[in-house]
Amino acid sequence: MALVTRHSRLVKEVRGTPVALDGATLVAYAMRQVRPDVVAAYPITPQTVITEAFSEFVANGEVETEFIQTESEHAALSACIGASAAGGRVQTATSGPGLALMWEVMYVASGNRLPIVMHLCARALSAPLNILCDHSDVMGIRDAGWVILLAETAQEAYDNAIQAVRIAEHPEVMLPVASVMDGFITTHGVERSEVLPDEAVAEFVGTYRAPYSILDVAHPVTVGPLDFHDFYFEHKRQQIEAMERAREVVCQVAEEYGTLTGRCYGAVEPYRMEDAEVATLVIGSVAGTLRTVVDDLRRQGIRAGMVKLRCFRPFPGRELAALLGGVGVVGILDRSISPGGAGHPLFTEVSSALCQRGCAPRMRSFVYGLGGRTPAPAQFRQAYGDLLADRQLGAEASAPVYLGLRE
Amino acid sequence: MVATSALKLAEIRWHGRGGQGVVTASNLLAQAALEDGAYFQSFPEFGAERSGAPIIAYTRISHEVIHIRSQVLEPTIVVILDATLIGRVDLLAGLQEGGAIIVNTPLSPEEMRDRLDARAFVLCTVDSTGIAQKLLGRNIPNVPMLGGLLKARPLVPQEAVLSTIQHRLSARLRGEVVRANVEAFRRAYAEARVGLLEGNICEAET
Repeated sequence: MALVTRHSRLVKEVRGTPVALDGATLVAYAMRQVRPDVVAAYPITPQTVITEAFSEFVANGEVETEFIQTESEHAALSACIGASAAGGRVQTATSGPGLALMWEVMYVASGNRLPIVMHLCARALSAPLNILCDHSDVMGIRDAGWVILLAETAQEAYDNAIQAVRIAEHPEVMLPVASVMDGFITTHGVERSEVLPDEAVAEFVGTYRAPYSILDVAHPVTVGPLDFHDFYFEHKRQQIEAMERAREVVCQVAEEYGTLTGRCYGAVEPYRMEDAEVATLVIGSVAGTLRTVVDDLRRQGIRAGMVKLRCFRPFPGRELAALLGGVGVVGILDRSISPGGAGHPLFTEVSSALCQRGCAPRMRSFVYGLGGRTPAPAQFRQAYGDLLADRQLGAEASAPVYLGLRE
Repeated sequence: MVATSALKLAEIRWHGRGGQGVVTASNLLAQAALEDGAYFQSFPEFGAERSGAPIIAYTRISHEVIHIRSQVLEPTIVVILDATLIGRVDLLAGLQEGGAIIVNTPLSPEEMRDRLDARAFVLCTVDSTGIAQKLLGRNIPNVPMLGGLLKARPLVPQEAVLSTIQHRLSARLRGEVVRANVEAFRRAYAEARVGLLEGNICEAET
């Protein structure tokens, strides 16, 4: 591999090698580079490529990981819990219904403070049966006590996969992390990305030294004992505190990664927000499409902007308030629904965070792309048009708009 | 013709059937774009692929970073690997004015122009199935179609495609099959016929 490494006294930036890979293979490549002790997984579309590519690395001896193909996703995450409690660096990967089957065990992982990393390829939930992308699965784990990062591109999925290890294993955090990429769009799309040299990744993630191990017979511990009204509440409070500390750690790790690679991430990423009078708030791959829509609108003289949320847990309410509080009107784009709720999931989070800080702009809820429905640029141009009309009318709270839906 | 360096954003939609190597063709072009230092995306129309069923794939190539993440809705190029799809699938949907169509057929561009009802587009025909049958012994028309595509629209240098075919296919295929694919690409490029506008046939470049 042709690698150029730049050294200076202050900054050591490593140049990566450009590759043409799909996002899933790229994430499997990152998994090889972070050298997990154990990976347990069950193949499910569209995550299957990750499982296949990683098991090939294991079979070829390119990584010394114990790879366990389990009989179900429930078993996969359970195996991860045992391996993590034994002190290993542990990962898994899943999608949609596979994540749903893990749901019970998600809470066991976070409650036991096990720094497992999951690569989640976002997929719709049945019924009707659907294998394509939406965020119904992601929103189902929002209260499970996992840090949740979401990627816009294959590059970002790779970068998040590496950073996730550092966040999870940080002594002040010790929580599992879900690193999310959009099913098919990101997992199966081949695009130009850069991979880091193996040594650079190994150095960045370091070696995991677990504070406790169930295999350390000299220092015996009990993992997952009965915990009733006496201490359960205190343990849950500690989880909340750990998640609060993760706020800072997510940004610290991103900063350090930015110094290494030149690719800088925060909890949120504003796009052309400096003087924006209308903006949208999005997660996942659609942020790229929104960039092109914002550019089009700017060319027409409309002061449009966009904010991409990269970190959904912990939720960066303060940062969003600072970015969106002064904007005339904001559209929140959900790729999942909460039937009968106060609003759809992302809308509820954002509007709650802004209202709590007393800086709520006019907000409107949009739903797009359920079950893989094409998120066409025209839909989002329509959304900005609706938002500008809302602002001029000064209307009462308006109903969600379903973009690209036959009605 | 547009020089590679002047390329802003080419958006290609590939039509074929499961088993013809549609997605592989798209991925090979993406890999060639990487060798050329360009930005690219290559992805299938997502769903459950079945042998013989209509398949769609997309490629974007640009010398600038590509942000858009939706399917290609208004392609600049349509590649048709299987002419039996004509009349069954809306092959030209959204094709931009002045766009190009590359069809796998032994017919001439004029004959195909009538069948496709494609007056406003550059039309290129290449007998990829004939070439594949002769050189590979099977109807896998994807690599010859790359030859036809590059004849009509030089998106990436031929050498980049040739070296990609050699590298990528060597991982899975025997040396003689890889060499047959290289020859299939060359022959398709030489034999492809480009009708720029109605009735106007370009001389074959060598």
